[in-house]
Amino acid sequence: MTMSRIGSGARRAQGTAMGGLTRSRVGRIVLQLLLPTALVLAWWWTSRGSTSYFWPPLTDVIGSIRSDWLFDQFMTDLVPSLVRFTLGYFLAVGVGIAAGTLIGLLPRLRRATSPVTEFVRAIPPPLLLPFVIVTLGIGDFSKVVVIALGAVWPVLLNTVDGVRSVDRLTVDMARSFGLGPLRRIVHVILPGASPQITVGMRIGLAVALILMIISEMVGSTNGLGFRVLDAQRSFDSAGTYGGVIVIGIVGLIVNAGFLVAEARIMRWYRGSRGLLDG
Amino acid sequence: MTTATRQRSEAILLPLLGVVVVLAAFEIAPRIGVLPRQSFPPVSEIFGSLADLIAAGELWTPIVQTLDGWLRAMLIASVIAIPVGMLMGASRVGALTLRLPVEFLRPIPSVALIPVLILLYGPQGSALKIALGAFGATFPLLFQASYGIADIDPVARDTARAFGLKFRQRLRHLVLPTMLPYLATGFRLSAAVALILVITGEYIVGVPGLGREVLTSQSAGAYSQMYGLIIAAGLLGLAVNIGLQAAERRVLRWHPSQRARLEGRTP
Repeated sequence: MTMSRIGSGARRAQGTAMGGLTRSRVGRIVLQLLLPTALVLAWWWTSRGSTSYFWPPLTDVIGSIRSDWLFDQFMTDLVPSLVRFTLGYFLAVGVGIAAGTLIGLLPRLRRATSPVTEFVRAIPPPLLLPFVIVTLGIGDFSKVVVIALGAVWPVLLNTVDGVRSVDRLTVDMARSFGLGPLRRIVHVILPGASPQITVGMRIGLAVALILMIISEMVGSTNGLGFRVLDAQRSFDSAGTYGGVIVIGIVGLIVNAGFLVAEARIMRWYRGSRGLLDG
Repeated sequence: MTTATRQRSEAILLPLLGVVVVLAAFEIAPRIGVLPRQSFPPVSEIFGSLADLIAAGELWTPIVQTLDGWLRAMLIASVIAIPVGMLMGASRVGALTLRLPVEFLRPIPSVALIPVLILLYGPQGSALKIALGAFGATFPLLFQASYGIADIDPVARDTARAFGLKFRQRLRHLVLPTMLPYLATGFRLSAAVALILVITGEYIVGVPGLGREVLTSQSAGAYSQMYGLIIAAGLLGLAVNIGLQAAERRVLRWHPSQRARLEGRTP
């Protein structure tokens, strides 16, 4: 009793000044906005009136975002990028889940394929690019293939793990209720593996974004990655910074979209684990 | 044959079979024209040119250049990620202040920084690939550091305070033992990311290292050499991962997760 009072007293004395801030709602919001605001202001202040080629004024960067991306290069670069990304990513998810389920259900197949999958996964995904360029060229199709080829591994390997860790008892129960193999997979095994599959899909999303950009930096004529590198090559430093910011925003939106979709689709899972509403 | 021995021989034979089947497929397919032989040489030629590179001693310089960049990137990432992560994990004020910048920077595809890095560091020096690797490697380590310090047992913390342990003693006996397993995981994740990004920087921009060798052999049309180098990069990734796992086992020999593994139990 005495001990705990000493402890908590010490902690209270320690945290009074800042403690008030973290407890009130407004205080929390102020704290969260403090550093971002300071950083943006610092950037604006240090770059204001700058004539350095490496450090363009923030107002120029924002101006270049507005003139380049709203909406000049929107249809010609942003949309093609996102279309290739979407096609490649969903191809990876489809193939990854299908192959991963098959491998996860057949232990012998898993043993036979594991050294190969482990090795292919260890190859840095950007080095898939030279391979695909050499075999398929540099068109839209080859970019979609690069994205899919890189993003498929995290989905596949996580699906394998997820399928293997599905509760045996549930599967046996489904079998004794007379569910056929296909219905067992759709109604028992895939839902059981889905938490792990979504982990793989989230990793795959990051890989797919990276490959979307990289594939446009090598031998391309449009796309986000092409535009930023092109801006740098034509000595448009404000455009370079602007393009990077646009890519960052695209990354944020894609990630946020994934989280929203995941929260909706996996709602039943969090409900079943008592994780909803706090 | 008993079930046990059959399982044991399967555990060895099946992976071997898998490797042999894949190698044979990629050996035969280009030879019979299923894959274009011009751009996809048979695996024997690929391994042949890899062996040539090793024999000529031309593989070691780029590997050392790549590993050098990777090591420096990891060093910079650790210096940034561990203190910032600890601040976020240990203090509510720290967590709230740093949350938005970190959450904004994390989803930026790191390769998008390449043009800005060319602008800042020029396309030749290794600063570019080091900065790229360090940026990507910072985040996994940062989050692991923040989880690690948040995991410190409050009772142990209060006990340490009640006994009046000095800062260094607290670090040695309280903070470090709790954080190490988290940091080990963070290092492993970050190491993989850093290696990928260093090689990417080399390949896209032409900074000296394994990635640039791939680029040069690609532009020269030396495809079997190009594939050999890609395989070498994959082996390097595997080696780094295995090496870090071994290091983790050594450093964390005392930790329950490793002790359970040594005794053959799953943790």
